[in-house]
Amino acid sequence: MNQSRRTFLKASLAVGGVAVAAGAGLLAPSRVLAASWPDKAFAATSVKDALSILEGSADTTESKDISVDAPDIAENGAVVSIGVETSLPSTESISIMVPKNANPLAAQYLLSKDAEGYINLRVKMRETSDVIAVVQSNGKLYSAKKSVKVTLGGCGG
Amino acid sequence: MAKKEMKIRAWMDGDRAMVKAIIFHPMETGMRKDKQSGKKIPAHFIKEITCKHGDKTVLTCMWGTAVSKNPFISFRFKGAKSGDKVSINWVDNQGNTETGVANIR
Repeated sequence: MNQSRRTFLKASLAVGGVAVAAGAGLLAPSRVLAASWPDKAFAATSVKDALSILEGSADTTESKDISVDAPDIAENGAVVSIGVETSLPSTESISIMVPKNANPLAAQYLLSKDAEGYINLRVKMRETSDVIAVVQSNGKLYSAKKSVKVTLGGCGG
Repeated sequence: MAKKEMKIRAWMDGDRAMVKAIIFHPMETGMRKDKQSGKKIPAHFIKEITCKHGDKTVLTCMWGTAVSKNPFISFRFKGAKSGDKVSINWVDNQGNTETGVANIR
């Protein structure tokens, strides 16, 4: 599943459109939908499940080539700034996980060849937790994490 | 909802282009309750963002509800020059969409 999803993503990046890839008969319609927004992965309640659905495997190797830039203490869990930078070659995707959130997967970024292994975003965190960045590079998964202490949760009212 | 347009800044730093953008969006998780009525506020969040350099997609973002309100995007890419166009398009779970365009300085 993973392989065809990647193939599809590459194809759609190369030709610049879902319609073209589907029209060329490369993929069954269900695959196209699966690639558009990974609803099952976002609904998963554990990091392992989310990763298995998203990348087809939950086996990650810790890597020193990924740096996760996040505050040690976040006063407001509703806005926690997270930066991820990696020097791993041919990075295909960067996913951000917050294990203690109801749904750990916060975001997945799919990078083209030209994009550098760098992203920055702001996420909500329910409580003190690690922030895990999972990077897919050359078909393998690498991860790095950083612990963030949250003094005021970001998912309440 | 009074809607504010997204803001995009793009500039060259040596041989790479740097892009920063802010989108004005409530990013409701669907888990929050209205304090007065006690009813759940329906989920309203951006699902997918496509960032393009000219016609080429540079970055696709898949977002869940954990992304903060008025989300921020930042990325860098190679192969651009000053004056090139960068566009960012988002689609949310209620079918709303917006495209912002900026020229690289």
